[in-house]
Amino acid sequence: MRIIPASDSSLLVEFGNAISPQLHGRVMTLFLALEERHDPRIRNLHPGYGSLLIDFDPLQLSHEELASILEQAVADANDRPYFVARMVTLPVCYDPEFGLDLLELAQSANLTVEQFASQHSLPLYRVYFLGFSPGFAYLGGLPEPLHAPRLATPRPRVAAGSVGIAGSQTGIYPVDSPGGWRIIGRTPMRLFSPGATQPTLLHPSDLVRIFPIDRATFEEMSREQ
Amino acid sequence: MAIRVQQPGLFTTIQDLGRYGYSHLGISPAGAADPLSFRIGNLLIGNDVNAPALEMTLLGATLEFDEAAVVAITGADCEPKLGSARIPFNTAIEVPAGAVLSCGSMLNGARSYLAVQGGFDVPLVMGSASTDARGRFGGIKGHRLQSGDVLQVRRTKASPVHTLAPESLEALASHGPIRVTRGAQQDWFDASAFEKLFSCAYTVSDQSDRAGLRMKGEPLRPREPRQLLTDGIPLGAIQVPQDGQPIVLFVDQQTTGGYPKIANVIAADMHLVGQLRPRDEVRFAEVSIPQAIEALREQERRLKELLP
Repeated sequence: MRIIPASDSSLLVEFGNAISPQLHGRVMTLFLALEERHDPRIRNLHPGYGSLLIDFDPLQLSHEELASILEQAVADANDRPYFVARMVTLPVCYDPEFGLDLLELAQSANLTVEQFASQHSLPLYRVYFLGFSPGFAYLGGLPEPLHAPRLATPRPRVAAGSVGIAGSQTGIYPVDSPGGWRIIGRTPMRLFSPGATQPTLLHPSDLVRIFPIDRATFEEMSREQ
Repeated sequence: MAIRVQQPGLFTTIQDLGRYGYSHLGISPAGAADPLSFRIGNLLIGNDVNAPALEMTLLGATLEFDEAAVVAITGADCEPKLGSARIPFNTAIEVPAGAVLSCGSMLNGARSYLAVQGGFDVPLVMGSASTDARGRFGGIKGHRLQSGDVLQVRRTKASPVHTLAPESLEALASHGPIRVTRGAQQDWFDASAFEKLFSCAYTVSDQSDRAGLRMKGEPLRPREPRQLLTDGIPLGAIQVPQDGQPIVLFVDQQTTGGYPKIANVIAADMHLVGQLRPRDEVRFAEVSIPQAIEALREQERRLKELLP
């Protein structure tokens, strides 16, 4: 573990440089330990794949004091049980009309569209962190045959709910936004509700099970949302 | 009391000092791009320092007041007028009922703030009134002001107002190069990259907004091409994408990113970033973290002295 000053108002705790459930567990354990403290001097926590960025008020808390809080929190975490992850089921419609890149990606993976969709919906994904835009979850666990590079030129607008692939990651666009991920389907679920008690459907460390739905079910669920 | 928007200006939003505690959900702080001018505006008219105010960009708004109000305009000079008469800047102004207040083009910066006694009355979303233009929430339903919008103002008792001498404002703001500390991936870059960053002038590109300011100038290259695993981005981080042209990430920034961060704007100079206009020339100077914190303490001390 390495604690690096990232700015005059933040420290970056680096646990390692890989996408792995073990590193993710260490990031989340520290994240949860800091959330539990409700320390008003700490303003924001940004988990990444192998690191946690802590943004704080430098007029109230020094880098040194925060570093010792972090070291203590990591030491204490060794004694506590592993946190319990939430399980979220996410309906996804793999209609090529939604999945703008589905046909191309299936072809380059030597799969039919149906095979590609079924392989994508099979794994139990893990939310490593949220970033890019409000509620955008980075899911790890994509089967290797489905890995695909980002678009060379991002699309100016990707519809809310679009399910995409970028390298070994898969994720869902919560709001209409520009985006370079390869789009393979769409969920009717609302991923971001700014006024709600839980503003985002997904949280860091959630486990996500995809439930494939047909177009009629998609339309029906969209109306209910 | 209500204020009717006759002309919204180029990009006018409701902001406060930002939304904290949600970056793990991908939600950026938003908030005033020049927090120093924002706070001065509220303090001048006796408001809470965090009271929601208008942030106007490059071209100001024209507003019609249905009742008398007390306002203050701070930040960049936008030649404000009450009817056809010029009104002073950086001071409390009494606006009579029925009057039209108009703000023009900004002369010496990118953003002006219009604070009104009581503050604009908008629902708090996740604890803040700030408009998040990317997530489309906060402020007025998440969007910039439009002609015909009606802004509600919270009723309040008249509070004592203050005036500020132009000299004291000068002393409060930072001048000269934008001060930075070295960033989280500083060891990705060798001495020559830092030398370029601290000796060359960079130009603010037209493709700059509240999410980030793209700079054009001498490209900065890491020692060797490497792929950074996505990590968290602090406010004011200077990230270096593949083309080597630095980007200063700002209030509406992404909360995580995959480019190395060579440096970071210090908190005391964030207000300077908020006043940068497209095509402005920028220079960066290095300070240590203790120097950066001392600069912030000094700024806070002066602000308290001027506007207790």
